[in-house]
Amino acid sequence: MNLLDVEDLWVRFPTSSGVFDAVRGISFSLGRERLGIVGESGSGKSMTGRAILQLIRPPGRIEAKRIDLQGKPLLNASDKEMRAVRGSRISMVMQDPKFSLNPVMTVGDQIIEAYRLHNKASRRDARARAIEMLEAVSIRNPERVLRAYPHEVSGGMGQRIMIAMMMIPNPQILIADEPTSALDVSVQGQVLGIMNQLVQDRGMGLIFISHDLNLVAEFCDRVLIMYAGRIVEVCEADKLHEAKHPYTQGLLNSLPRLDEPKDRLEALVRDPEWRQQPSVSGLL
Amino acid sequence: MTTETTNSRAEQSFREWLLSETPSSRRHARLAAAYKGWLRLRRNHMAMFGLGILVALVIIAAIAPWLAPYDPYAQVLSDRLLPIGSEGHLLGTDSLGRDILSRLIYGSRITLYIVTLVALIAPVAGLMVGTIAGYVGGWTDTILMRITDIFLAFPKLVLALAFVAALGAGIENAVLAISLTAWPPYARLARAETLTIRSSDFISAIRLQGAGPVRIITRHIWPLCISSLIVRVTLDMAGIILTAAGLGFLGLGAQPPSPEWGAMISEGRRFLLDHWWVATIPGLAIFTVSLAFNLLGDGLRDVLDPKDGKS
Amino acid sequence: MKSLSVRNLNVWFGEGPDRVDAVKAASFDVASGGSFGLVGESGSGKSTILRAITGLVPTWSGDIEIDGDHVLPKRGRAFYKMLQMVFQDPYASLHPRHSVDQVLSETLQLHGFKDIDTRVNRLLDDVGLGAAFRFRYPHQLSGGQRQRVAIARALAPEPEILLLDEPTSALDVSVQAEILNLLSDLRTEHKLTFVMVSHDLSVVGHMCDNVAVMRDGEVVEVLGIEKMRRMEPDNAYTKHLLDVSLNYASS
Repeated sequence: MNLLDVEDLWVRFPTSSGVFDAVRGISFSLGRERLGIVGESGSGKSMTGRAILQLIRPPGRIEAKRIDLQGKPLLNASDKEMRAVRGSRISMVMQDPKFSLNPVMTVGDQIIEAYRLHNKASRRDARARAIEMLEAVSIRNPERVLRAYPHEVSGGMGQRIMIAMMMIPNPQILIADEPTSALDVSVQGQVLGIMNQLVQDRGMGLIFISHDLNLVAEFCDRVLIMYAGRIVEVCEADKLHEAKHPYTQGLLNSLPRLDEPKDRLEALVRDPEWRQQPSVSGLL
Repeated sequence: MTTETTNSRAEQSFREWLLSETPSSRRHARLAAAYKGWLRLRRNHMAMFGLGILVALVIIAAIAPWLAPYDPYAQVLSDRLLPIGSEGHLLGTDSLGRDILSRLIYGSRITLYIVTLVALIAPVAGLMVGTIAGYVGGWTDTILMRITDIFLAFPKLVLALAFVAALGAGIENAVLAISLTAWPPYARLARAETLTIRSSDFISAIRLQGAGPVRIITRHIWPLCISSLIVRVTLDMAGIILTAAGLGFLGLGAQPPSPEWGAMISEGRRFLLDHWWVATIPGLAIFTVSLAFNLLGDGLRDVLDPKDGKS
Repeated sequence: MKSLSVRNLNVWFGEGPDRVDAVKAASFDVASGGSFGLVGESGSGKSTILRAITGLVPTWSGDIEIDGDHVLPKRGRAFYKMLQMVFQDPYASLHPRHSVDQVLSETLQLHGFKDIDTRVNRLLDDVGLGAAFRFRYPHQLSGGQRQRVAIARALAPEPEILLLDEPTSALDVSVQAEILNLLSDLRTEHKLTFVMVSHDLSVVGHMCDNVAVMRDGEVVEVLGIEKMRRMEPDNAYTKHLLDVSLNYASS
């Protein structure tokens, strides 16, 4: 059974000049795999991730035929049920750890609190579990990090702490929204490596949202390419460079490459037709 | 019928012209921005309600001589302390037989006068002190901010009282005293805004064009501070009216027989138990105008907030 | 065209025990009409060098020379007519309440130009926006369009050296391609000397002839772009940086 099935998902925002559709009827499933969602800003990729967890703020609306978590409908779940799902069954890692960690609490207190929110455990047990998790994300001296405040840790460390926090309740699905965009390339590799290992060891599903095609091509199993709120192409990640849709090709060609110098980069010419094409299904 | 449709069509195209995303001249761009702000304000019904009251106040003040049924200073001792709804005196008369409605109408001029003067003096002084302190920094900042702190350390009304006592009672001195006590919060606000604006890239960019501090402060920092100051002023307006009324009440503001609302309450205080309307009616007027300013201020905050500019 | 030379540049923030040395004894030369890249990870001091050259950071020591002339601590308008900078974030580098017209007119006015109207239109044409954008406000523009306005502003005084601080890192890849193409075109048309800061080696590789690699405030290596493409740097850190940026997963 698939971990997640989404069918005909719409995210709508009413504005003064009519309704704006951020996501326009997309369908996809997530198995025990690393699923990449790529697109440019405004393509609706982040909205998709948030819509799954129903984190769209009013007046924004989510509409769908179904959003099923392991066959159980999530779409009309109450706020209380959603709170139980968020964190314990589906976790989310955001772009910048600076904004996701509470600046006036120590890292340790935050992790312990997050753990005790989902599990009945004494502080001591929670603390032991927190240390275990920090070790799992390759933090060498977890005791010291537990006592640190968020501003005292680097960006890469902060993101690893976030991942550790999200992994503690043992979720089945991790949604990572540009988790490495704020990090340096060398740290990026480490964070991705850790995520990869956790996902594989635990048989989780990962939704990896990114604007970086090369990163997604290397890191994921399957990729959805989004444009203007729709999926224009679905392909195996290792075949991304043979993509057929002109938008995907255009994106790939517009990247400068160290190994293939050229005088001018190819600018992407957008065909208005692309907006009208029906969304490609990413269902399994 | 035909003229009506052409009219509405002209209106329609004017609206479209105003809402255009591609303005064709400087004037067009400015009008379009103002129109969009107006549309946003119009959506806030409470703010529009407040604005309506204030517009009414201005109109009443402007046409007071035609509107008031009596001379506000005319004493008719045989008609003293008539209750509300008496024949010829809709809101009754005071202890000297003066028509309260007429005094209220003329009093709106004094209220507007005080409010306008304070609104011109205090925020401008605060803006200058705050932006200079924030942008220049160093010793200038320390000295200006300590002066501000000294002013802030006194209770407002006590400080105003001291000023009026030193300068002598009267409406101009009351305005001056209120302004002197009202500027420090604006200076603080402007300084805080300046500190965040100062380090932004667009200020660096204009510095790289060789712009001097005076140009940067007046052309680049002020426009961003002013909107939050305007909001703050409208929210403070109620307090200013009340302080002016308080000074009037204590006999240090407008002098009798001036129909200043605060002074009217002060006069009516003696008859509060038997003739409640003499003090209550001007009190209600102060309450209404203060509320109107507060409502408008709330609405303006939504329209003018520069952090919201991205949407 | 002007050449730029930086010798033994130190930049620091704070005083006494709080002092942080952001750049330590950095030296490099940019040939007249050349395009020079500064790469490194965040906190390596690459952007700080640009801010020291422009005078936005006053606490520096060492020698900065433009065509052999020493740059004085107090820079006048003549300096800014010769050297300009484009900032990283186009969402932060334009005044939110100033229209495109105001931004460009004010810049032209500051530099004493008289034919402001024609020049504003020409600048907008130069950066591929056109006169239709002249009276728009920043919030009516996309990220790429904003960066074009910022580039037009930097070109307004007709400078000979342009400093580019990560000009495309806040933009989508397709927009990045457009902006990089625009910058290459402008460089040939206006005979500009470029100094470009970026964390993206492939962007620098596309735009520059020579690159300085920075780490913790120090220049660890200056190398030609051919050498970098062949993956033959002398320095181990440069090698590491090249490896990770060509291959994410292997680290």
